[in-house]
Amino acid sequence: MEAAVIVKDLTKVYGETTAVDAVSFSVNQGEIFGLIGPDGAGKTSIFRVLTTLLLPDGGSATVDGFDVVEDYSQIRSRVGYMPGKFSLYQDLSVEENLNFFATLFNTTIKENYHLIKDIYVQLEPFKTRRAGKLSGGMKQKLALCCALIHKPTVLFLDEPTTGVDPVSRKEFWEMLKQLKAQNITIVVSTPYMDEANLCDRIALIQGGKILSVNTPGNIIKAYPNQLYAIKADNMHALLKILNGYDEVLASYAFGEFAHASFKNKTVDLEGVKSYLTKKELTGIELKKTGTTIEDSFIKLLKD
Amino acid sequence: MGETVIKTDKLTKRFGDFIAADEITFEVEKGEIFGFLGANGAGKTTAMRMLCGLSIPSSGSATIAGFDVYKQTEQIKRNIGYMSQKFSLYEDLTVIENIKFFGGIYGLTNLQIKTKSDELLHNLGLEQEAKKLVASLPLGWKQKLSFSVAVLHEPKIVFLDEPTGGVDPVTRRQFWDLIYNAADRGVTIFVTTHYMDEAEYCNRISLMVDGKIKALDTPRNLKNTFGVETMDEVFYKLARGAKRGD
Repeated sequence: MEAAVIVKDLTKVYGETTAVDAVSFSVNQGEIFGLIGPDGAGKTSIFRVLTTLLLPDGGSATVDGFDVVEDYSQIRSRVGYMPGKFSLYQDLSVEENLNFFATLFNTTIKENYHLIKDIYVQLEPFKTRRAGKLSGGMKQKLALCCALIHKPTVLFLDEPTTGVDPVSRKEFWEMLKQLKAQNITIVVSTPYMDEANLCDRIALIQGGKILSVNTPGNIIKAYPNQLYAIKADNMHALLKILNGYDEVLASYAFGEFAHASFKNKTVDLEGVKSYLTKKELTGIELKKTGTTIEDSFIKLLKD
Repeated sequence: MGETVIKTDKLTKRFGDFIAADEITFEVEKGEIFGFLGANGAGKTTAMRMLCGLSIPSSGSATIAGFDVYKQTEQIKRNIGYMSQKFSLYEDLTVIENIKFFGGIYGLTNLQIKTKSDELLHNLGLEQEAKKLVASLPLGWKQKLSFSVAVLHEPKIVFLDEPTGGVDPVTRRQFWDLIYNAADRGVTIFVTTHYMDEAEYCNRISLMVDGKIKALDTPRNLKNTFGVETMDEVFYKLARGAKRGD
């Protein structure tokens, strides 16, 4: 089975800034592929090249076997794109927007209603409301419906969950899982590391370069050190002390705990505890902990 | 207990029939890092605008750094710092021009501005970038610079509205170091975030649902109260029942 998206040495330059720097990856049909990285990593430029809205300066890319430069019109009729910025018509109603996008692609709401049904039922009570007057979560749902209405083979979602609260984020990922079940390939970008685990495969990206492409599980497995979760009553002091501790390889805040790895493979936990106690820390807890994608990303950024 | 710098009592804001903030009552101490959480549309922005003296409440009372939110809004503005993800700095001014501009706005003398800007550039390691346009800086640096500018005039309280959205995980932690340092100097931090690991870095947290404060405690106590392991679960348990979106 041919890959849904193939990107080879893709490069995009703006003036003196290389936004995308010889990036290569491929996306299999029917998978959820995540581009995970902070703002300015080059995620949006990659999306815009793949949706034929931007010409690459080097390298090549295909979507569904079509070249992003030569065959742009075939790609445009096949892909769905939800840009990071809300870009529907604010002064058209919910229904008018959806109708407009369906008509553009020579189809009707009725024809592909099964694809959007689960999402659209939540919007239906507001179908006469202008898109500009919808709540953030509703706008997001409408944008997703509009990107889906022509039954795309590949769906590109650029940071659909940025600035969205944790509950709505979970709901959104539930919707993506249902779309995946309908055999739509999904390429999605996010700055939230915890969403990486919801993808089949991910590319970690920073400064226009891909740091790693793999399944979330394999990226975590490749982490070379055992991590420890450490807690003390005064977390700010603990972090400072860990940073200055000779035995420590890396340490940083991680929610309730600090995460640390040690230079010596066999860690003397009692020794660490007594060191921290000598530094006048209280309420010390120390235990082995699993690696997360965020730990992997931090390590890749620091290497 | 230390000095109370934010005190609200049944603070309410109505827009027509809609109650955006519904009798919110809480206090924040000097030097505290206070996390202000809630789902989109819960009323956080409305509440924050009242606390900053930008929106007059419909009822209830509040004092910010001792000043009344109805009558002393100008004094409030002079005693707070504010930073949001969207409006941070002037992109087409250089780093040093931005510092001078905001220093001037907050009424610092030229000498104070000179001392403060040297100190700020040194602390952020931005000496080489002083004459570069802000637009050319990476987002993480912009956000760190923006925070430092927001506390340039040593305000009593700084309000941070999703300061770390879209920032990489390493820079996000450097940003929190700046927050901790400011809190150590006695600056009160009032911060909103969608990152639940950052909620753990706060001394206390309030969680708004549908205009009301549904929970307010330390992260540890909140997790105990709801019998869960993470703040993410606390948030989910409380906010899942929300009736409204933004």
